[in-house]
Amino acid sequence: MPTTVWLWALPPVAVLALVFLYPLALVVQESLAPGAYAEVFASASFREALVTTVWLAVAATVGCLVLGFVLALVIAFVPFPGGKAVSKFIDVFLSFPSFLITLALLFLYGTVGMANGIWTDVTGDPAGPFRFLTTPWGVLLAEITYFTPFVMRPLLAAFSQMETAQLEVASSLGARPLRIVRQVILPEALPALAAGGSLVLVMCLNEFGIVLFTGAKGVTTLPMLVYSKAILESDYASACVVAIVNVALSVGLYVLYRGVSRRAGA
Amino acid sequence: MLVHSRTGKWTAWVLFTVLFVPLFALPLLVILAASFSTHWSGAFPSGPTTAHYAAAVRGESLQALTTSLVTAVTASVVALTVGTWAALAAAALGKKGKRVLDALFMLPVAVPSVVVGLAVLVAFSQPPMLLNGTRWIVILAHTVLVTAFAHQSVSAALRRLDPMYEQAAASLGARPSYVLLRVKLPLLLPSLTAAAGLCFALSMGELSATMMLYPPDWMPLPVLIFTATDRGSLFTGSALAVVLMAATLLALLAVSRIRTRASYR
Repeated sequence: MPTTVWLWALPPVAVLALVFLYPLALVVQESLAPGAYAEVFASASFREALVTTVWLAVAATVGCLVLGFVLALVIAFVPFPGGKAVSKFIDVFLSFPSFLITLALLFLYGTVGMANGIWTDVTGDPAGPFRFLTTPWGVLLAEITYFTPFVMRPLLAAFSQMETAQLEVASSLGARPLRIVRQVILPEALPALAAGGSLVLVMCLNEFGIVLFTGAKGVTTLPMLVYSKAILESDYASACVVAIVNVALSVGLYVLYRGVSRRAGA
Repeated sequence: MLVHSRTGKWTAWVLFTVLFVPLFALPLLVILAASFSTHWSGAFPSGPTTAHYAAAVRGESLQALTTSLVTAVTASVVALTVGTWAALAAAALGKKGKRVLDALFMLPVAVPSVVVGLAVLVAFSQPPMLLNGTRWIVILAHTVLVTAFAHQSVSAALRRLDPMYEQAAASLGARPSYVLLRVKLPLLLPSLTAAAGLCFALSMGELSATMMLYPPDWMPLPVLIFTATDRGSLFTGSALAVVLMAATLLALLAVSRIRTRASYR
């Protein structure tokens, strides 16, 4: 009996090995070309991309956590008509690709977008003051917008299981809302925050569409560098080295996320 | 419940609206508005037109839409088959074996999609399996990317499944294949359709790996949206984006209808 159980597991594993593990092994092999690592690590563009990727991902994660916590708090604990619809909207939002946000931001804050249009209409200046879209700040805004729902979903699930009597008791004992949030809700929300936050961190490290659509020459992240090395420069050895660094970063964090979310019971 | 005073409640709601509307509702509205206009030089778009949609349903754009649909359906079906098979096989294994199998199938989620694209490109540009330049390399990469999500949702559903049903069936003399086909899979149907919707939506919007792989004759919709906006045709791009969102939503809606019908059984 045990052998047949293992035999049944073989076909999907064989498929995965052929289409994913073997290609990944080839990337590792290609990255080991003589001098490839030394050359990439010595290049300024790689170090810059590494720093940009990490700070953007960390900043976006912090932004998503703060924003997601506040929004989920209002939906869950200060209920209003239409709150259900907002939760549905968030689910739908999650199913859209990330680059749509950058496309929308071009109309909102682009050189001829809504914000600059209002500015020139009101002040009569020839050009508006909003020109941050092609800087890392534009990418940061897009990432916070797109990934906040990924924090809100586990939070809303955690809040819906919370005993509301706890809040009533704390409130009847004279605790003010901010204190209830800090001392009652936040400790309960920590596992969900940790799980959502580490997922968002991994996804931000891997994000490509938002950066590509920004079209900024000044913002290069690791996935962007992999793309430009491989497709634009046909330098596969360097692309594979950058890819390995990116994989090491995100898989390491992902293992952390799985550990955290298992503890959170998510 | 948290805030009892009237002013407190209104403060919370105003804060929510101020954060939520510009960040989440406005982007989608803006794309919708832009897709019906020709200019955007002031506060609001101008020059109402439906020409972008007329262009979006013929020629290159129509081809991109069918390309995306075919890719997404194929990738979802294959991913669902492989992912479900792996989840069922993993559940039958011991605790250790299950953990290894789950970890293997979750790995593509953690690996950046661009790297999945690069790996597939490196592996399938060589003679033993030469797929580069064909549509199959795009479909293959999408399948790899969405299989992890199919596996994840099916194995989560399997964990919640009451083992009493299959035990009862087996104790009444049902063979393993009968238990699987007539008991387990029907019980899993709601989560299978949910997983199918997820896979479809992910594949429809996939850009990262596709950018590394697409051949000229197999250009999915997201790539077309990128090339349109990259050459400055933002309004055409947003009409295409609305088409992409509508197609995704319709598919999700259809899938959720199957789910509600299945859950009545």
